[in-house]
Amino acid sequence: VRFFKNVLMSLLQGCFCLFKNPVKTVILRNIITIYNNDFSILICDLHRLDEGPSVQTVLTREDGLRYYRTMQTMRRMELKADQLYKQKIIRGFCHLYDGQEACAVGIEAGISPTDHLITAYRSHGYTYTRGVSVKEIMAELTGRSGGVAKGKGGSMHMYAKNFYGGNGIVGAQVPLGAGVALACQYQGKNEVCVTLYGDGAANQGQIFESFNMAALWKLPCIFICENNKYGMGTSVERASASTDYYKRGDYIPGLRVDGMDVLSVREATRFAADYCRSGKGPILMELQTYRYHGHSMSDPGVSYRTREEIQEIRSKSDPITMLKDCMISRNMASLEEIKDIDATVRKEIEEAAQFATSDPEPPLEDLCKHIFYNDAPLEVRGTHPWMRLKSIS
Amino acid sequence: MYMYYGITMVFFTVFWVCHIYIYINNMTLFIFYHVSYQNVTPFLCIIIALHSVEYHVLPCDICIINCILLLQVTVRDALNQAMDEELERDERVFLLGEEVAQYDGAYKVSRGLWKKYGDKRIIDTPITEMGFAGIAVGAAMAGLRPICEFMTFNFSMQAIDQVINSAAKTYYMSAGRQSVPIVFRGPNGASAGVAAQHSQCFAAWYGHCPGLKVVSPWSAEDARGLLKSAIRDDNPVVFLENELMYGVPFEMSEESQSKDFLIPIGKAKIERQGNHITVVSHSRMVSLCLDAAAVLAKEGIECEVINMRTIRPLDAEAIETSVMKTNHLITVEGGWPQFGVGGEILARIMEGPAFNYLDAPAVRVTGVDIPMPYAKILEDNSVPQIKDIIFSVKKTLNA
Repeated sequence: VRFFKNVLMSLLQGCFCLFKNPVKTVILRNIITIYNNDFSILICDLHRLDEGPSVQTVLTREDGLRYYRTMQTMRRMELKADQLYKQKIIRGFCHLYDGQEACAVGIEAGISPTDHLITAYRSHGYTYTRGVSVKEIMAELTGRSGGVAKGKGGSMHMYAKNFYGGNGIVGAQVPLGAGVALACQYQGKNEVCVTLYGDGAANQGQIFESFNMAALWKLPCIFICENNKYGMGTSVERASASTDYYKRGDYIPGLRVDGMDVLSVREATRFAADYCRSGKGPILMELQTYRYHGHSMSDPGVSYRTREEIQEIRSKSDPITMLKDCMISRNMASLEEIKDIDATVRKEIEEAAQFATSDPEPPLEDLCKHIFYNDAPLEVRGTHPWMRLKSIS
Repeated sequence: MYMYYGITMVFFTVFWVCHIYIYINNMTLFIFYHVSYQNVTPFLCIIIALHSVEYHVLPCDICIINCILLLQVTVRDALNQAMDEELERDERVFLLGEEVAQYDGAYKVSRGLWKKYGDKRIIDTPITEMGFAGIAVGAAMAGLRPICEFMTFNFSMQAIDQVINSAAKTYYMSAGRQSVPIVFRGPNGASAGVAAQHSQCFAAWYGHCPGLKVVSPWSAEDARGLLKSAIRDDNPVVFLENELMYGVPFEMSEESQSKDFLIPIGKAKIERQGNHITVVSHSRMVSLCLDAAAVLAKEGIECEVINMRTIRPLDAEAIETSVMKTNHLITVEGGWPQFGVGGEILARIMEGPAFNYLDAPAVRVTGVDIPMPYAKILEDNSVPQIKDIIFSVKKTLNA
């Protein structure tokens, strides 16, 4: 009976949304059944695929708590970055990921650490899931020597093992990701490369060039479009002639997934990774998700969308709240445990922020370092002819 | 008498049979000796015929002996040999570009490589420069060592974002975590009759960017040694060849035939010693400078011709040392004058110790500041000619 009640509630909510905003796309929510740790997830929309990811999945308590903790850490980290930016301790670009946590966590849960990942500039979340500590991320944002790129990269240029950034040029990371997939295929280690881009980048020509070569050479590349409805200030309807981003790969099979549900993302990623590893070639995934902040810190985010819309998503589809409610309602975790995790995370972020504000900036000697790898010291011209600097690898 | 004619006829048949035999059985040897005779086959056939008749030896052996004595290699074959050897030496090296595999290369530079190494190492790409350049950079980031060929560097403009933002800057932005060992190569600069969109020189454009090494070989030896160094270098290298130089043969020293023959990137070479004026050039223009120097020598003017070999990092020291000896300087390049290679050299001389040794202002000889026209008379007058170099030298010396 509760099952049917849930279904009815979800449908009613869905209808209500449609009624209020007939034009906007309704974010699909998962329908949860009530047996133990088995979860049912929504069937994905498929393109050129006979069957999609499994609709049944198992969530263990440890996994659940881990996903919760990771998402909460990401959320708090981004909010802290927001704070530091407003205090002018972080400068330049800062593109925040809050609201989209389920994508990063779900993808990481669906692949292994030996697989590869590359994304665009909204990359703090992925930097974390790929193994960089919050301390190093925040210190990089504040431009200190303790940062993951020693303060030389900034928000958009953080790298880790099997994580190729953080890329500033919209769409340029997609051919790079296809190239990493080529290397995976060449080296024969059965690894895949997850290549992410946004709804704004989805119209870039170089992405279609990458689709062509990936399909031609059957590269093990999972192309993922994180559709958060807005490319900077332009909504998807105003930017794309076709907003079915999962079909834009044409000859590449695609699936559209609820990006606010970490389990849906996980299952879809597992499915996609298996597809690629079996040598069938590339696959395309569209994750329907949402960002609470504007495009970057210089964008308040309310000139092209309503506060009501943001509030609605926050109350109905927030990935962290959804996971928490799920787990508590099934007695997989108690409220106290969750509160403990929240407190630990808050403390961790505070310490990281403390480190990031107190760590010294990189020394001036670092100015000309890292121009070339494995090279003899090189003379570098300074701002005037009498300033002769040296570059050491 | 008639017997000898008869034997010559038999020779030609035997010659071509042996030719084909060697072609089928040993591609390298075929290329090697075919190479040497590219431009002079008809005459040498006759020489071989006469020799073989005289010495009663198989024509093939004479060919081989003649090869070893002459050892002339074209720039195209030097590049081919360099790539072949590097592909063999390191499994991570691979070549991708338009028409590099089954077509044997748009300019036949990668001839025979696909037959030898197959689809995995020599990859034909669709006509999507931005895409395949990005793919090459991504592969380099993930541990391979790609050679990305642009059919001409004019098309690299489509992919220039990947070369600069994804390849050149990454090692610095990542503070040393992520290196990009890639070579971008292809013909650069003016060709013959290909008009405005296919004739631009990119030395200045790429030479402007930190994080890149930019190399511009002239001779076959330069091509071989510098390409090997570029492929073995762990950083992004832009390798600017020249289409008009591909077919030009050069004598190669025995040392340069070694599989580990490397020319260091960043060092210029003095091609001709002189006392009166320093002439600095790169790529095809070095040939013109040497020709001009030969003409000037007859009038008693000794030019010191420097072949830059590398655009970035520029070997300013070699140029300064030479200027301090000769007291006069001109630079010669095929590219446009504004913000070009010559401009950079002159600025460095101004700012460096050599300025005080100049007896006359240093000048640049460059291509005309216009898009390249098509008509032959216009095209010929759009790039420096020998007479322009001679005129500039004399003007500088008499200033």
